[in-house]
Amino acid sequence: MSVTKLLAISLGAILTNNFIFSQFLGICPFLGVSKKSDTAIGMGLAVTFVMGLASAFCFGVNKILVALGLDYMQTVAFILVVASLVQFIEMFLKKSMPTLYTALGVYLPLITTNCAVLGVVLLNVQNDYNFIESVVYGITGGLGFLLAIYLFSTVRERLEFADYPKAFEGFPIALITAGLIALAFMGFSGLQVWPM
Amino acid sequence: MNFNKQLKDGLIYQNPVLVQVLGMCSTMAITTSVSNGLGMGLSVLVILTLSNIFISLLRKIIPNEVRIACYIVVIAGFVTIVDLCLQAFVPAIAESLGVFIPLIVVNCIILGRAEAFASKNSVAASAVDGICQGIGYTAVLLILSAFRELLGAGTLLGIQIMPSSYVPANMLTLPVGGFLCLGTLIAIMQWALAKSEKKNAAKKETEGK
Repeated sequence: MSVTKLLAISLGAILTNNFIFSQFLGICPFLGVSKKSDTAIGMGLAVTFVMGLASAFCFGVNKILVALGLDYMQTVAFILVVASLVQFIEMFLKKSMPTLYTALGVYLPLITTNCAVLGVVLLNVQNDYNFIESVVYGITGGLGFLLAIYLFSTVRERLEFADYPKAFEGFPIALITAGLIALAFMGFSGLQVWPM
Repeated sequence: MNFNKQLKDGLIYQNPVLVQVLGMCSTMAITTSVSNGLGMGLSVLVILTLSNIFISLLRKIIPNEVRIACYIVVIAGFVTIVDLCLQAFVPAIAESLGVFIPLIVVNCIILGRAEAFASKNSVAASAVDGICQGIGYTAVLLILSAFRELLGAGTLLGIQIMPSSYVPANMLTLPVGGFLCLGTLIAIMQWALAKSEKKNAAKKETEGK
């Protein structure tokens, strides 16, 4: 494991293989909570936090499952880990950091069904990442999500004053906007860190 | 219970993707080819129907406070079964759908129907609801994937359809194409629904007179 590899993973997760714009993971919260930029940032930070933690925990869980020969139970085990993790974070924040808890509010429980979280865990296993790589991939993937949702929310705030056909109201125009941002993100696809 | 009405709801008026806007991730990610769309659509149909039946059976036993966790465990169980079946019988499709098969667990369509329908209705009605919503989802996937594969690669189910002089619009099979096509499809749907509503309202008005 080298620093270059970690750098390549981070760069990939944030820009070239952005979770939203090129892997289509986490679209639901991306469309759902991007109407205002401050809530978007809150959601992005919460997701980053959970993705990092989930990567770390599931790495251990996966090792246990493989050792027991139960790797076909991965999906069930991972979703349980993610769900209980979110529940614990919620309880912990409520007790020790009430300000952060109220700021995140309703978004916390929503993270359980965010496919970016389960997705990053599954991708870690698929790509055979070791512990540090998994955690780095989890956190930087979350940062990529944060970048995407923040950019999108700022555009969306301006959309309110835009004039577009009535049939496009709501989700369609949001999707088209996201498509255009995705087009811009394609420009990053040439980026590479050598040697891979 | 009205099968016709439920089918119409699933296909049009309450279409899971176009009207309820659920399960967007998989919809955009895997509709790059018709075979992927069909595989994904049928997998979701099976899982949705089974989990609806099961959750409806358990609806009086599951305590209200932990219901979401219980639903997720039931769904995850069925997803694992389908995942293993796909890997065993159609490895090519399992390969190309990749991580999106296990991700059906967090597909909001399934959890949404469990919460909104199966937890309140009888087993038979829930099964029918699962089938109808699944058909609606599959239909959207087929439309989107046929469009994207035909224009983006010039093929349908891997068979060359467009004349060889046609230059494929690669963009459509890239992520950008997914966003743009789905956005346009939802817009068309909203336009059509608004139009039929207007028509109905006008009809009622003339009848009223």
